[in-house]
Amino acid sequence: MEPLRTIESRTVVLPSANIDTDQIIPARFLKVTDKQGLGKALFADWRYDGEGKPRPDFVLNRPEAAGAKVLVAGDNFGCGSSREHAPWALVDAGFRAVISTKIADIFRNNALKNGLVPVVVDAATHARLLAEPGAAVRIDVEAQTLRLPEGAEARFPLDAFSRYCLLNGVDELGFLLSQRPAIDAFESRR
Amino acid sequence: MSPRTLFEKVWDAHVVRPETAETPAVLYIDLHLVHEVTSPQAFSVLREQRLPVRRSDRTVATMDHSTPTLPRRADGTLPWADAQAEAQVSKLARNCQEFGVELHALGSSTQGIVHVVGPELGLTQPGMTVVCGDSHTATHGAFGALAFGIGTSEVGHVLATQCLLQRKPKTLAVRVEGALGPGVTAKDLVLAIIAKLGVGGGTGHVIEYLGPAIRALSMEARMTLCNMSIEAGARAGMVAPDEVTFAWLKGRPRAPRGEAWEKAVAAWRQLPSDEGARYDREVAIDASAIAPMITWGTNPGMAIPVTGTVPAPAEADAADRATLESALRYMGLTPGKPILGQPIDVVFIGSCTNSRIEDLRAAAAVMKGRKVKVRSLVVPGSVEVKKQAEAEGLDRVFREAGAEWREAGCSMCIAMNGDRIERGQYCVSTSNRNFEGRQGAGGRTLLASPATAAAAAVAGAVADPRQMGAA
Repeated sequence: MEPLRTIESRTVVLPSANIDTDQIIPARFLKVTDKQGLGKALFADWRYDGEGKPRPDFVLNRPEAAGAKVLVAGDNFGCGSSREHAPWALVDAGFRAVISTKIADIFRNNALKNGLVPVVVDAATHARLLAEPGAAVRIDVEAQTLRLPEGAEARFPLDAFSRYCLLNGVDELGFLLSQRPAIDAFESRR
Repeated sequence: MSPRTLFEKVWDAHVVRPETAETPAVLYIDLHLVHEVTSPQAFSVLREQRLPVRRSDRTVATMDHSTPTLPRRADGTLPWADAQAEAQVSKLARNCQEFGVELHALGSSTQGIVHVVGPELGLTQPGMTVVCGDSHTATHGAFGALAFGIGTSEVGHVLATQCLLQRKPKTLAVRVEGALGPGVTAKDLVLAIIAKLGVGGGTGHVIEYLGPAIRALSMEARMTLCNMSIEAGARAGMVAPDEVTFAWLKGRPRAPRGEAWEKAVAAWRQLPSDEGARYDREVAIDASAIAPMITWGTNPGMAIPVTGTVPAPAEADAADRATLESALRYMGLTPGKPILGQPIDVVFIGSCTNSRIEDLRAAAAVMKGRKVKVRSLVVPGSVEVKKQAEAEGLDRVFREAGAEWREAGCSMCIAMNGDRIERGQYCVSTSNRNFEGRQGAGGRTLLASPATAAAAAVAGAVADPRQMGAA
């Protein structure tokens, strides 16, 4: 994982509430055995019609969405399955952060392991972002702040360990492997 | 020591290293269940880093999501959905062989949906920590285990270290008073609970289900209940173990035997929450007020009694209105109209929520001596469930009613194996998710209990199972 300190981008807004992982990446795309190239399946059933043609009115198909790194979604983003394919698809499509008022637990865990920052904001900040698609924002992982176009800032929660891993590009597995003596001791005392 | 909840007792017993402000807890995992969809990339990480599976004796794999539910063809080949599905399943077999992981492969007598097979083999036991790369791992909480779904990176963590990094979740007590009425099941109860909590209402929490209505549930019913905890956003759902739990587990292939059994039961009796234990949140529900439930929308919280009417966005809060309108548009339903009598195209009875023997008995009781009016699939949760159902003659009941009797697997719950509904079709399904396209792109899912699904199959429309003798 690459170290991630700041993200500057225009936003893409998907205002629907409760966007579930089956929408982020439908199950028929989960038959892969690697994680490359899943970006093309991102929001597949919203992006493409029954014949596989792009729907021109869907936000990710519009020219202004090109290169966007920050997705603003309705309340409770990422509910549903444990598929890590959801953050893999988002990251493969160029996203580095998702902003919502609530982010589902498993999605959040998965996102953090892939350099995708879950940014939970208050309702007022969220309402403003929903109303202003394409807003230029800046996310500072170290300061845990989201800066809005006119300089207003919102703080977002981030576990100290997750922040450390994001800032330093550290893989959690390495930390767990360093715990082997404690794990050995735990196993022998049970 | 101050009084502790069931969750806290299980959590405390598995802390390898306590959490601090800087680092999450290192939590030990007793049982790691594995399937073909969320594991290949994790095995690849082990291979790249030259790591073994730390505890292959605590790791058990089966094949369920991408597997066909039609029998072998005359030439002996399996009817795979596509080459990718076949490749994914054979990849699991190769990974299990390379890393020495026990595999309940397709074709074996112990294959089936991971959350049906684990309990059935007696692998899932009270007080354990259980994980799987699958959000419905919550199912195993029915035994008083702390069981939750993890992503593929975490599957790799558990394979390599038998541990996970976890922040301690909050606790939510769901107290269910009274008793469920005739024809009302654990599925109806959990749909009513999710409707009350909302699909994000349990986020950050582990639910403990308490109260007389929970004590009265069978193990199959408790599994249905805990299974859908994730649909309220909760990581896990738990029911304290009791005599019902012990009786169900006793004699199962992997359950302790003899003296070890007595010792285990004595320890399990210590697990229920202490008198005076505190939860971060509590909600109460009256079981006797619950009718058979059905979903009308595009998430599991959008549930109403079968005798209810499709909600009207005009009556909702402004914030909810857009969500309701979008769900109604997708579902093609008319606001304010009774859901009873809504014509349907397909019925699916199966999934890790409702594919166990009791579920099949409930569906068969409704279908017996009747004919289905729509395409109806009955998919047992495991080879073992299938065998038991056939021994009881349930397969004959389904076949004589005109339903298809299939091989074990996830099937039309997630539509990865070729079993799916078509664009625009309505399916009354005993599965757990009515998300857009879940059962096939453009398909419309109405979640319900096995009895309600069977009644819908017979009527060709949404029906009240109590009018067809469901007990």
